[in-house]
Amino acid sequence: MTGNPRSNDSGPLLSVEGLKQYYPVRGGILGGKIGDVRAVDGVTFSVEQGQTLGLVGESGCGKSTLGRAVMRLEDPTAGRVLFQGEDLANASGPELFRRRRDIQIIFQDPYSSLNPRMTVGEIVREPLLVHRMGTKKEQVKKVRDLLATVGLTGEMLDRYPHEFSGGQRQRIGIARALALDPKLVIADEPVSALDVSVQSQVLNLMVKLQRERNLTYIFISHDLSVVEYISDTIAIMYLGRIVEKGPVDRIFERPAHPYTRALIRAIPEPDPSRRKDAVPLQGEAPSPVSPPPGCAFHPRCPFAIEECRSAVPSLEPLGGTDGHRGAEHLAACIRKDEI
Amino acid sequence: MKTEHDLDPSPPVETVAPPLLEIEELRVGFDTEAGLLVAVDGVSLRGEAGQTLGLVGESGCGKSVTASSVLRLVPVPPGKFLGGRIRFEGKDILSMRRSELGRIRGKEISMIFQDPMTSLNPVFTVGRQLVEVLRLRFGMHRKEALERSAEMLSTVGIADARSHLGSYPHELSGGMKQRVIIAMALLCEPKLLIADEPTTALDVTIQAQILHLIKSLQRRTGAGILFITHDMGVVAEMCDEVAVMYAGRIVERGEVGEIFQRSRHPYTKGLLRSIPRKGVQRKAELPTIEGVVPSPLHLPAGCRFAERCWHRKDLSEGEQRRCFEEDPVLDGTRGVACHFPLVGGGA
Repeated sequence: MTGNPRSNDSGPLLSVEGLKQYYPVRGGILGGKIGDVRAVDGVTFSVEQGQTLGLVGESGCGKSTLGRAVMRLEDPTAGRVLFQGEDLANASGPELFRRRRDIQIIFQDPYSSLNPRMTVGEIVREPLLVHRMGTKKEQVKKVRDLLATVGLTGEMLDRYPHEFSGGQRQRIGIARALALDPKLVIADEPVSALDVSVQSQVLNLMVKLQRERNLTYIFISHDLSVVEYISDTIAIMYLGRIVEKGPVDRIFERPAHPYTRALIRAIPEPDPSRRKDAVPLQGEAPSPVSPPPGCAFHPRCPFAIEECRSAVPSLEPLGGTDGHRGAEHLAACIRKDEI
Repeated sequence: MKTEHDLDPSPPVETVAPPLLEIEELRVGFDTEAGLLVAVDGVSLRGEAGQTLGLVGESGCGKSVTASSVLRLVPVPPGKFLGGRIRFEGKDILSMRRSELGRIRGKEISMIFQDPMTSLNPVFTVGRQLVEVLRLRFGMHRKEALERSAEMLSTVGIADARSHLGSYPHELSGGMKQRVIIAMALLCEPKLLIADEPTTALDVTIQAQILHLIKSLQRRTGAGILFITHDMGVVAEMCDEVAVMYAGRIVERGEVGEIFQRSRHPYTKGLLRSIPRKGVQRKAELPTIEGVVPSPLHLPAGCRFAERCWHRKDLSEGEQRRCFEEDPVLDGTRGVACHFPLVGGGA
């Protein structure tokens, strides 16, 4: 743990504090701003180096926007993104450019995230060119090493993305993301578009790379079984906010938020002897343009009481007896300790 | 005597009703620039009323082409039927006249697709599309049809159904659109429902609702369902019988519990093992199926899975040669197309 003297050894690699990402809603005769879409509405979390934070939620919950905001692909409305203690949310252009090396992203769709007119070699080398890393010879060698690392052969260098299967394309995307030796990789639904047999190959690769390179992942997914497998801690999002977070085993053994419970219960298990006969969670997530007052989940919540309609619950540690472990487990529900 | 007769539901042999759906040795191909691509290569299936038959496999295995063939929805050309039979209640679908097929489509057989916009017309309101279905199917009057449509929309879980009759498809969320399609499919009270990845594009909590809905409606109407999916969790949740497809063929079929607990084809077992599931150790290496599916334009001789087969490594050289040279056939009720099937153990 030598490395960067500016980094605080005991601190997390990344902390996000009160991050908000709003988009204006325009309307009326003059097309003026009539409201906000609160895609991310005050999110706080941190990730330790070498760990995986699983970011879970259904479409529209803000998990992808959050990933993009951490990378500063968006300009956050409010809040701080501290990477090794340095605030990216308010960083200037050159600072940001330098920091971008350390944070890379892998996208869900390996079909549309690779430039079809570039060869695999060019795609993987591009970040090295942009950041002027090494001589041409060094770059070429690095590209070959990277392809080998992700399980592709050197003869694939001159081929184009369309010649590859989905799983291979995702490997190319991973090789490119690793080109600059990042510390943090944001993986936005990296295996969702892949077939099951290929999905496990890519998951194995990601776990292996994390071990070998001490990589930190933010793994964004709607698939709870995949998140359970790869994450150390999990944050569950609903309508732009984190409703529960904590160590992965705690969340799965003792989910505290009614939404987390419903999510876990909704996963169809590959075991016909454990069919679900219970009536599933009803309704759909409300629009982030006009979120309901109070707890955003209350209209669907089987445990909702009068107070839930008005009080916005904050993310707080669970009460209970097991001290430290309990303190890492937080939920935003006023009834979290009774249900 | 009379009561005994009443208790025995099976009529004498001569008048046994034909199965609801019977697919025999179906072969479907597509003309491509690179030559004839055989997407479905000798598939046989049987679906019964009140039962759900799952057709599982990964992308390109031919499951959707098989499903679309039942209603002759495969575009011809470039598609072509190369052989086999599809019978619906004994009637031969492939040789049927268009007009006759038209009477079956959407009435006795309904289909739900992954993308609900495949079945919804963007320029008409939801109400108009539902009413149209009822008028065509039952010759119902507009007012009565509207009434029934609103009822069905609330049955499928659309709150404020009456006002949604006036909505256009684009005004609805993905889950709502899929509910409308299901409502449309069910208004016809079909005998056979073909569902092609109906929940794949939906969120898990919405998926759970839709699956629950399909199950409870099946209980009510006794429809047979052909359920196409790549998701083993959904198969376990929904199906009575399962057929697993690989590279255009069925490699294994049987009762759902058997398939999950005692998979005999190495491909089935490989698929089941590679899913991260409860109890799998975090970040432990997941079993995988190495390699990729063979291209349907260059199918290998012998077993199509042999190249990727993890079980083959346990075989002698002579046995392995047999895998590469001789086509395995699917046989028996508990069918498995493998020369050296697994003895059967948990996945």
